[in-house]
Amino acid sequence: MVQDPIVNDTVELPPVKKKSFFRQLRDNRVFLLMVAPGTLFLIVFFYIPVLANVVAFQNFQYSDQGFIYSVLHSPWVGFQNFTFFFKSADFWLVIRNTIGYNLTFLLLNFFFAIFFGVVMSQMRNQRLLKVYQTSMLFPYFLSWAILSYFVYAFLSSDKGIFNHIIQAMGGTPIDFYNTPWVWPFIIIFLGVWKGIGYNSILYFATAMGIDPSYYDAAMMDGANKWQQIKNVTLPHILPVATLMLILNIGGIFRSDFGLFYLIPRSSGALINVTQTFDTFIYRALTTTNDIGMSTAAGLLQSVVGALLIIVSNWIVRRVQPESALF
Amino acid sequence: MRKKKHISAVEIRKFGPGANLFFNIFLGIFALTCILPFFFIIILSLTKESDITAYGYQFWPKHWTFASYQYLSRMGHQVLVSLGVTIFVTIVGTIMNSLFSSTYAYAISRRDFAYAKFFTIFALISMLFVPGMVPTYLIVTQMLGLQDNIWALILPMSFGVYNVLIMRTFFKTSIPEAIIESARIDGASEMRIFWNIVVPLAIPGIATISLFTSLGYWNDWMNALLYINKDSVTPLQYLLVKIQNNIQYMTQNMSNNGAIAGATSVPTEGMRFAVVVVATLPIALTYPFFQKYFVKGMTIGGVKG
Repeated sequence: MVQDPIVNDTVELPPVKKKSFFRQLRDNRVFLLMVAPGTLFLIVFFYIPVLANVVAFQNFQYSDQGFIYSVLHSPWVGFQNFTFFFKSADFWLVIRNTIGYNLTFLLLNFFFAIFFGVVMSQMRNQRLLKVYQTSMLFPYFLSWAILSYFVYAFLSSDKGIFNHIIQAMGGTPIDFYNTPWVWPFIIIFLGVWKGIGYNSILYFATAMGIDPSYYDAAMMDGANKWQQIKNVTLPHILPVATLMLILNIGGIFRSDFGLFYLIPRSSGALINVTQTFDTFIYRALTTTNDIGMSTAAGLLQSVVGALLIIVSNWIVRRVQPESALF
Repeated sequence: MRKKKHISAVEIRKFGPGANLFFNIFLGIFALTCILPFFFIIILSLTKESDITAYGYQFWPKHWTFASYQYLSRMGHQVLVSLGVTIFVTIVGTIMNSLFSSTYAYAISRRDFAYAKFFTIFALISMLFVPGMVPTYLIVTQMLGLQDNIWALILPMSFGVYNVLIMRTFFKTSIPEAIIESARIDGASEMRIFWNIVVPLAIPGIATISLFTSLGYWNDWMNALLYINKDSVTPLQYLLVKIQNNIQYMTQNMSNNGAIAGATSVPTEGMRFAVVVVATLPIALTYPFFQKYFVKGMTIGGVKG
């Protein structure tokens, strides 16, 4: 919005004569040079891999004459890879886990990010607040490879802190990495815990931006703190929060590979509660080397993901047109 | 004006003393859960190996020792190699990504670039659809032949559409076209305008995307998991994944190097935690200073240009 008057200053002259294509290329050569590396990247790491998804409809065979030769000479099998995936025992497991975990994350992140954002905006001591915020961002900046060690130090069956505590209190130690029922809680806790410092920033910033005269007016009407939060802070945050909620629906078919693969130490006993789309695809690729089926699973994930983004964007456009992605 | 508002707002907006104390304790405990595990790992790396074997992981060990770090520096050849790989990948990758993303963003932010719209859409489409792990794997290994090549760790992240969006917003909102216009009237070439006028003004934006990118490279183990088997190109994070699954991995390597005879005395547990500390410390020491850039990136990223 701010740049509009400036933008209007630069008057573009109407083209006197239509430039020839090559002339136009030459006139834009510096800009074309600037977009060249990015364009090359997008072609190699986006557009070609997207086209390579055709192997989902093939019985892909490696050949030593290069990838394109392999694709052209592998037999076509139609939707066989997809039906194979649908019929496998993993299909419903993957769907249930991916959607189940993501819906839980969606709601809990929504709730806790707002809660922390609002609470932090109301703290009196700015210096302490800074310390809290910095600490809470720390896990966000670490990889799951590192965090898996943090978790292991607590959960290890013979050496972990948790089993020390359980034993000290007279209980029987739990073999966490072979006990499926605890993992939904561990995974959900870690997912929310890692992201809370980052996720709450947006709501903190929004709450800090509220004009104090609203609070003034509320206090004049005799509102206590909770009533102020309910009637001033939350209504200001809600549009942003709704927007984030809808936008996050687009990611409901994706999962954080590290959280589901490294944190449970890829334990086979936990597969029922840790297998998601991404771990399934990785395992199908590396253990059974089933290129066709793993690509089919990935393609399904991407297509549904893209549809969800389009739908959620369509909803945003109806609710808050200025926030729509496209 | 904002500042003034802020000060007058302190008393009005804040919690009362009771609630303030309660939430200080609450936030304090939560903040502690975020940093305490790291201190725990540091303590474990300083615990005597026999203590770990006898008593498990403890918050306060009976015997403290630097043995794990001494072994790492003397014989942890693989750790040094991996650290070198990670540093190289992070530096080269960050330079490439920041440069390519910034130039792309600058070009599509300029109204006199005839194909700006085309290249904007060309990049944005990639945010809608994920090409998938397996097709990307096939391209990198079969078409580019980058299996076990250090560039397999760099190229897949050498450009970022999200970075492009951040920079495009930055160029559009904080670099007035009037400056560019006047430079052009003075006869400066487009390249000169970009390097001598635009880049210096865009340093805060470039710092933001560079920090995000370098963090991404430093923390990346996924590409190594897919493309790397050779020890000589194993980055630090992937080394952590490997030694998580196989505690003997490091000691095996040592005997391969002919460094030691009695491998039994090697503090394998402590050394693993020492490697975790080596991989975490650079982030832990630097991010508080760069935090404001990260926060800026988080908040301007979503803004539409």
